[in-house]
Formats: sequence, C-alpha cells, structure tokens
Amino acid sequence: MSPNGQMPADQAANSAAPQAPAHTAPPARTMPGHGEVHRHVLVAIVLNKPGVLNRVASLMRARSFNIETLAVSHTDLPEVSRMTLTLRGDDVAVEQAAKQLYRLIDVLKVQDVTSDPTVEHEIALIKVRADDRNRGEVLTLAEMYKAKVVDLAAESLIVEATGTEAEVDALIGLLRGFGIKELVRSGTVVMSRGAGSIEEAVKR
Amino acid sequence: MGTKEGDARTVARNGRSSTATTAETPASDGTDKADQRRERINHTPGAGTERAAAIEAGRREMLTDNLRNQIKSLAERGLTRPRIGADAVCEALLRQGVEVFFGYPGGVVLPFYDVLGDYPELRHVLVRHEQGGAHAADGYARATGKVGVCLGTSGPGATNLVTGIGNAQLDSVPIVAITGNVVGSLLGKDAFQEIDITGITLPCTKHNYLVREANDIPRVFAEAFHIARTGRPGPVHVDLTKDALMGVCTAEHPEVVDLPGFKPTFEGHPRQIRLFAQEIAKARRPVIVAGHGVLIADATNELRELAEKAQIPVVHTLLGVSAMDETHPLSFGFVGMHGWKHANKLIQSADLLIALGMRFDDRVTGHVPTFAPYARIVHVDIDPAEIGKNVAVEIPIVGDVKRVLVALLPQVAQVDPESRAAYLAEIAEWRAESEKTPWHGSGAWRDGQLSADFVVCKIGEASNHDATIVADVGQNQMWAARYAGFRRPNSHISSGGLGTMGFGLPAAMGAAIGRPDKETWAIVGDGGLQMTVQELMTLVQDHVPVKIALLDNHKLGMVRQWQELVYAGNYHSSHLLGPDWIKLAEAYGVAGFRASTPEEVGPAIAAARAVDGPALVHFEIAEQQNVFPMMPAGKGLSDLLEEQFEEPKQ
Repeated sequence: MSPNGQMPADQAANSAAPQAPAHTAPPARTMPGHGEVHRHVLVAIVLNKPGVLNRVASLMRARSFNIETLAVSHTDLPEVSRMTLTLRGDDVAVEQAAKQLYRLIDVLKVQDVTSDPTVEHEIALIKVRADDRNRGEVLTLAEMYKAKVVDLAAESLIVEATGTEAEVDALIGLLRGFGIKELVRSGTVVMSRGAGSIEEAVKR
Repeated sequence: MGTKEGDARTVARNGRSSTATTAETPASDGTDKADQRRERINHTPGAGTERAAAIEAGRREMLTDNLRNQIKSLAERGLTRPRIGADAVCEALLRQGVEVFFGYPGGVVLPFYDVLGDYPELRHVLVRHEQGGAHAADGYARATGKVGVCLGTSGPGATNLVTGIGNAQLDSVPIVAITGNVVGSLLGKDAFQEIDITGITLPCTKHNYLVREANDIPRVFAEAFHIARTGRPGPVHVDLTKDALMGVCTAEHPEVVDLPGFKPTFEGHPRQIRLFAQEIAKARRPVIVAGHGVLIADATNELRELAEKAQIPVVHTLLGVSAMDETHPLSFGFVGMHGWKHANKLIQSADLLIALGMRFDDRVTGHVPTFAPYARIVHVDIDPAEIGKNVAVEIPIVGDVKRVLVALLPQVAQVDPESRAAYLAEIAEWRAESEKTPWHGSGAWRDGQLSADFVVCKIGEASNHDATIVADVGQNQMWAARYAGFRRPNSHISSGGLGTMGFGLPAAMGAAIGRPDKETWAIVGDGGLQMTVQELMTLVQDHVPVKIALLDNHKLGMVRQWQELVYAGNYHSSHLLGPDWIKLAEAYGVAGFRASTPEEVGPAIAAARAVDGPALVHFEIAEQQNVFPMMPAGKGLSDLLEEQFEEPKQ
C-alpha cells in the first residue's frame, strides 16, 4: 500500500534542509482508482422503502461508477430488499463505491463477493429466428447449454437460458448466427455458497 | 363525484365541503334538463374512482383551506384545537432544542404558520430569500455546534433552499431543511408550486424524507435531527405535504431513534491507534493537518495536547482554521491553494502527515502525485468513504477525532522540545519569510491604494480576535482566513466545499443570532454581497448586530485574478458595477461608513463597532490586488506563484 519512499535514516535525523535532502526524485504518490480494471459483483442489503433504488442509482451516477447490471428483489424479510450490482473498476474504485453506498441511511450492508465462492446466475430470454431447416441445430445448441425452449412458432423460438454471465454470453454468441430477433437478460443474481448468510447481519 | 370523502385526513370532517359540492349539483342537473341532447363530459381522469375523488378533494383543499376554517370554528366554539401535523413539527423542533429558525412562508406551509404563534418559544426569523435562510441556518450551526433549521414553501421556496443545502452538505454542517409540498393526492400532478424537491435534494443531502402522513412527523423529525448531527454531520431535508401538516396527529414523539442502516463508528480501532502512536514515535518531521472534523468533534483541546506533547507543528485546512489558536507557537496557519507558503512547505517536507478530520480536497493537495512526497500518512476521519478517496494513506483510522486522540494521547511519549529544535527553527525561519512577502503592512498596495489584507487584519485586531468572522467566497475569503487572526474555536466560518458566493451575509446573520455574546463580522466582496444583499433588511427587522466589511474592488476579484494569471489578461465579465453602498445601506436602515485610505480604516471600523445594530463599512480597496501565494490549477504545493512586483497589464 505504501506508495512513497522510506526516509533513509541519515536524513531522518533532524535535518535542517528545506526538502528532505540526499533524496533523488521522490516517488509519485499513487492515486486511488488507477489499478487494473475487473468486473466486480456487489450485494447490497437495503431497506424495502420507496426511493431506495433511486438513491442507489443516483449515487452511482453522481460518483461516476458504471453499473453494468442491477437486479433488485424482495427477501424473505418484508422490510428488506436485496440488490445485486455488477460494475467494472479497479479494486479501490469499487471499494469506494461500496463505502459510498454505506453512507446511504437505507443501506444496511454491502459486500463485494467477487472473489468469494458463490452461485452466480442470470436468466436470458432469446428469441431466435428458426424454421424447419435449422430448428434442429438451434435446439441442439440450446440443449448443450442446458437451455429450454419456452415458445415455438413457425419462424422463431424463444430460448430460456440460465447460467453465469459468461455462459449466457457464449450461448448468445452461438445463436447470433441464426438471427436474434429479441433479447432480454435479467442481470446477475448471486448467493454465497455454504451456510453463511449475507442477510444474517440484518436479521435482528 | 366529489361527495364521497376520499381521504379522511385531507378532507373536512364536517359537512362543509360536501355542502359546497351539493350546492353545485342541482344547477348542473338543471342545465342537463334544459338541454337533453347535450351529453355531459366529465374530464376527470378515472372519474368515479376513490382516487379521483381524493385528487379533487385535494384541489379543493389547496384553494379553500377547509380544514383550517373548521379548526378555527372549533376554537371559536371554545373547544380545544385538535393537534395537527404542524403542531407536531413545532413540538419536535422544541424537543430538539431549537430556539430559532429561518423561514419564509408560502401557500402550502401556511398551516404551519397558522399554529406557529401558539409556540412563542420558537423564534422565527423571516428572511428575504430562502437561500439566505439556508445559509443562516448553516452559519448558526457552525457558530453554535447545534442543528440549524430553515424552512421554505413548496416549489420555488424549496428550490431556493437547494444552494444552501448543498453548501451544508459539502462542508458537513448539520441543518434540517423543512419544505412544504402540495396535498399528497396532487403529488405528481404538476400542481401549482409543485416540484419533485426530494428528487432534487436527494444527491445533496445526507438523507431526505417525503412525509405524507401527519402521524409520521414525530418519528421523521426525531430521525432527521439524529442523522443531521450524528457521525459526520450534514443536511437533512424533510418535505411535508400540506395534508400531513393539516392532518390530525396522534403519534407520540419517540424517545429513541432506531435506524439499522445508520451506525457511525466513533471509536478508532485500537490496533490502528497503536500504529498511529508508533508512527509518531518514529517520525522526525511530523506535521498535523487539522480539518473541520477537529472543530466538529470539539477536539481542539486534544489537538493542542497532542501537538505540545509530541512537539508537532499544526497546519489547518481552510475549514480547520481556528482549530488551534494562531498565536500558539506550534500553530502555523492554513495550507492549500492560497494557504501560507511555510505551511505548504511543511507538508512537502514532512515525513509523517497526520490528517485529522479532513478530506484531502483538491484545493489542499493540488497535484496528488507530488503531494507530501516524503510523508507516510495517518488519516483519521469518521466517514469511512473519505479514507483512500483522494489520496492513498498508510494508516487509516475510522472514528471521531476527539475519541481517537483521547485514546492515542496516553500512548504518545513526551517529546523534548530540544530534540525538535532544528526542525522547529527551520519552520520558524520559513514562516518569518513567508509572512513578510505578500503582506502590505502600510495599508497601501500600490500607489497608496487601500490593501485588503491590511483591512482584514485591522478588523481582527479591533475585535480582539474574539469576533466570529464570516467570509464570503473569493479573494475576500482568502484574505479573511490569512489575516484576521483566529484564536477561538469556530470563530472562522467560510464556505469551503461548495464555494458559495452570497454565503457571507446570511451566514453571519445566523452566526450572530446563535452567538449573541460574540461580535460578528461578515467579510464580503462586492460580487458576493450583491447576491444576497436583501438580507440587510432582515438584520434591521430582527435587530441582528452584524458588522459588514465590504471589500469593494469593483471586480469579481478571484475571477479577475485567474484571468490575469491563467487566461492571459482576458478580463471578460469580471468588472462589475455596484450601487452607492452607503446610500443603499441607509435605504435599508443600516449605518454605513466608508474608508478608502489606510488612515480611514481604523476609525471606520471603530465607528461600525460603536453602532448598536448592524453596520456596513465600505472599504474601497485596490482594484487589481491579487491573493498570493497561489497554487496554479493542476500544479502542486511546491509550485506556488508569488506576487510579482511589476505593473499588471490591465
């Protein structure tokens, strides 16, 4: 974490020179937010009150954090909602986003689960052009990705795919060749593996 | 439609409103009978539904104040007036220890003003513009450490408050801003003077509320004051619909506030505090940067103890000015863009920077990669989001500055001043040099023109450095912070984060009302004063003895300075006319004095101080004087521009 130089012992002794001497060019102080950019997944446990989604969205916009996906739903507690946000940024920037979220009075808990063992899923509905000639191919692909066909028409079908963002991306990539007429994705939802619970802290 | 009472809270409980409606009905029926072929068209969206009826009732309420009339009639009949939302607001303010607040009435807050007279303990100051009310609440809060309160009506009243709310947000000042809004059923209908004010204040408040039920008022006000003053303070906005103000309120005021999502950390982590003490023990050139947090946490004594015990020089941020008596041998003025050169040099040569309750604003750090290049940094702040936001630090400590210092002090070894003699002597030398250069001790800048630094210094001296000095924004603000000489905590009030021109006069009004035992000076420029000059009338009406030092250079001085130094002398729109200030002051009933030479400064200040009430001194200062040193934008604390002794081009 230390970006700056250590003071050599000889200068440390009450030096009277104006700028710690005998030091060649001091190393530049690093600024937060200039590291490697990764995709991060945050889970926010918030009060189920009007305007909470607006507060979260407004804060992310005002502080220039880019939300890639955002999924909001109730939890088992009627007064509590759960948000899953995915955003891109370096570790410091995302940590800053989480800290800013904590400043909201209606936010109870924020956790960056990017490197935790989790189950991560999203659902996608993909309307693909498919007729008698190539329907079989589409069905095979869907099957390989454990996707379901939930609607069938003469010239198109709807594939319902669930999986991680990467898996859904891959299937979409393969289906694109047939012609995608319509696409909707729910955004990622995530839950940590094992017995621990993010919501535990708010269950009083 | 209309005969069914949709909303029991908004609609009169007697037959009055329905009588009014039924009076129309026969007439309309008559018309229908006269012309059977004409079909009546009802233009009400969703006509016949309860929701539509409620909206219509709301509209009637906006126009006729049925409920209020009914309350009066109840009172006339000698019955006890029912307790309504507006009463709950007054009770809540009194419970929170509010003695005075700054407001401006208007349509939807009239139910509040209707009951306000029943609470004579609450002093209402009628400002001349809601922005002035918000700044006054801000100045009151900073001068007293209590929560300031301002109030405006819906629509323009509310939007006028926004600048003051934003100012309080950026400077972490505890205020509660109350606005009215239209009747709940009309929200979203673009009713008269309706604006989505909670949507507007959402990003510039610590928290905000829209209250639609009278029974929510006690809880919301308890929470609002708790949030405003607890942890890192900030503004809380409470928007009350007219029916919430008028509705019967049976809810009791809560004794405790339960906010599961708001639990600030007060105690610093013991391990981090141990590391803090170790850093101090190792450091050879330590420096403390005292921010606004030291004043907010009331940690000025602990700051002085730490400085004395470990022999650490103290510099201040702009908002940290007055955290340590400037005559103390270890107190070295403020840092940053227009701070003292020796203070900036201290930071640039330090091996340990102890940041207490400050947030590494860009006006303090300049170019971050060159900021404090030899220093390890200990950062103490109550807001975890401030840690690592602008500058990466080695020892972060989240906690209240006072509690952290109290825990730290026993772990800090007493340092013999002798062992720091060389370091302190060096700083003293820098200080002597930097205090000499831009200072115009004769009172004259060039060609005998009055120098602003001299004026500010004389005001400090005349008031024995005990007055509250409230600055506006711009050159006047920098001169005030540099030269007035601050000895008492919270005697310096300045708009730091938002840099709000027009802040000075109304904030001084709030400060003077909050601390009637202290002399209050507003140091303002001719640009800023023209933004909120109407509050002169409030000073007169409410007998607020603010002394105004107008530093008039017929310029937007800081803009002109940047145009001279950064924009190659392209002086566009920085020259401005002002009124005849003495005549203006007199027109308002404020005593006015003028000084345009160094000799006239002392007598003018004395004359203003002798006035029993507000007074304005018009100082005609040099038009082209700049504030030096200056850190050019994008540069660092080591790249200060100094005063050039050559004639400017203009």
